[in-house]
Amino acid sequence: MERRRSFPDVLAGGIFVLIGGAFVVGALGYELGTPTRMGPGAFPLLVGAAVVALGLAIAGKGLIAGEVISFGPIPWRAVAVIVLAVLFFGFTIRRLGFVPTTAVTALLTTLASARVRLLTAVAVAAGLTVASTLIFVVGLQLRIPLWGPWLGL
Amino acid sequence: MELLDNLALGFSTALLVQNVLYCFVGVLLGTAVGVLPGIGPTATVAMLLPITFSFEPVTALIMLAGIYYGAQYGGSTTAILINLPGESSAAVTALDGHEMARQGRAGPALAAAAIGSFVAGTVATVALAAAAPPLASVALKFGPADYFSLVLFGLIVSIALARGTALKALAMIALGVLLGTVGQDIYTGTPRFVFEQRELYGGIDFVSVAVGLFGVAEILRNLENEQTRTVIVSKVTNLWPTREDRRRIVAPILRGTGLGAALGVLPGGGHVLASFTSYAVEKRISKRPQEFGRGAIEGVAGPESANNAAAQTSFIPLLTLGLPAHPVMALMIGAFIVHGITPGPNVINDEPALFWGLIASMWIGNVLLLLLNLPLIGLWVRMLRIPYQVLFPMIILFAAIGTYSLNFNAYDVYAIAFFGILGYVLIKCGCEPAPLLLGFVLGPLLEENLRRALIISRGDPSVFVTRPISAALLALALAALVVAVLPTIRRRRAVVFAEEE
Repeated sequence: MERRRSFPDVLAGGIFVLIGGAFVVGALGYELGTPTRMGPGAFPLLVGAAVVALGLAIAGKGLIAGEVISFGPIPWRAVAVIVLAVLFFGFTIRRLGFVPTTAVTALLTTLASARVRLLTAVAVAAGLTVASTLIFVVGLQLRIPLWGPWLGL
Repeated sequence: MELLDNLALGFSTALLVQNVLYCFVGVLLGTAVGVLPGIGPTATVAMLLPITFSFEPVTALIMLAGIYYGAQYGGSTTAILINLPGESSAAVTALDGHEMARQGRAGPALAAAAIGSFVAGTVATVALAAAAPPLASVALKFGPADYFSLVLFGLIVSIALARGTALKALAMIALGVLLGTVGQDIYTGTPRFVFEQRELYGGIDFVSVAVGLFGVAEILRNLENEQTRTVIVSKVTNLWPTREDRRRIVAPILRGTGLGAALGVLPGGGHVLASFTSYAVEKRISKRPQEFGRGAIEGVAGPESANNAAAQTSFIPLLTLGLPAHPVMALMIGAFIVHGITPGPNVINDEPALFWGLIASMWIGNVLLLLLNLPLIGLWVRMLRIPYQVLFPMIILFAAIGTYSLNFNAYDVYAIAFFGILGYVLIKCGCEPAPLLLGFVLGPLLEENLRRALIISRGDPSVFVTRPISAALLALALAALVVAVLPTIRRRRAVVFAEEE
């Protein structure tokens, strides 16, 4: 394995430092307590510091002798569309009801593929809506209203 | 014979009509999803988990176990027929299994895998029934300090077997532990890291973490290089192995079963190690090593048996210590907790019907698997033809609906998106997601026992090294850490995993 400066290593280290650091800052806002009675902040503070330390070590090693991994392309369209679809589902399931939420989520997700044709997407979304209504609401008796309050029904 | 009494209790529970029925449904669903290309057992179990929550605990856990076996067998089918293993342990099966399929011998390869899995499952179930009670009684002597060290040991050992550098695996575990602290503090009730959102008081749901890390992140990776996959699935004919085949698979199946049953107990991926070891052993002792990689039936039978035996014995640390040996077991812990049962040494005494029923159902699951898979192989082959453009929206939609239906909490759904992106970026940087999930599930246990041990010892941290069990476990953890970091061993790990690429 060839070893040299590695962008993925530095990025991974940075993510660990960032998240660990955020938890450390947050933990300082809670009571730390004593060793006998540790407060709610003590354990996250310890683990957060460990994550920061490990992140620094990974990033540091990545600058000198990192692991050579090809990062590869990022499917920006898929990332954006899938995140949007999932957030949409969470936000509207109570408000629009099961059927419209599922239909829009399914259509959005289908569009994540760069190769899909609109007609195919609509057909797939329709099929998935019917299938999931049958499986989850009819079959598994999920207690989610089919049509929600936003539709005025 | 206490063992027989216990097994009788187990079978009387597991053979109840509804339990057999749901075990069957579980195996069927597990195989159906597991056979889909690119979806391994962890993703399958994570996706189907919410379905089981509406049943009684015994039925739900039996169904879940059924899903797990089905998913594993489905993964092997995909590996053999189209060379797309859903997870690393099936990668070994693909080496010779797919080669056999290309020579028109897919039938015997599938049959060898099914028969091997069945034999291994039967033997390992007995091993589990025999080994669990004594281990559970030892575990009852554990104090909080011992438990803390045990959990730490389990987490550290899991990095020794993970892919990628030890440093990154360690960081992933710590990150998982850290994310596990979100929500109300167990001792004081103080809400931590919740941004004043009441929905986060219960913490982040582990199903969201699992679905995001294993489902969404995997889909994003598959969408990087979209190409029309031309799947050439050959017709499966002549399912039954020839007399020569049957003679050749007996010994590999038995050796694989022994290896798998022993290695499956190890935390953090014993089943992967088991399949690789079994393949290496068969290749070494074979009279025809040149046939390996060119369609040797021993190379399918051995690893498949090892894999299945390990899947069974990985329930031992879960049921006796409450420690998950791999991500699927972490999901099982979550399922236990949803049903109000704390997995650990008490289950065997408090819920004997559940404990022994689960063990008996493992064997029933294996029988169903054999009865189901060989006749239905035509159906599974057809599942392989589902285009990805239909498949991935279905996975995401079902994951969102399933996760939402757990608690009717929109934040659980938002968490999927968060962990999907986090997992995707970290995987691209060479960090494996499994240690994060293990850390996330075990983190609260680690914190609880650390704080309890320190309360008992009045703040004296030396309790961890003065109690013999705890000291021994910490020494083992340290040894495991050294082994994981040592360069020579790292090189050997690279060799083991190089065959997988």
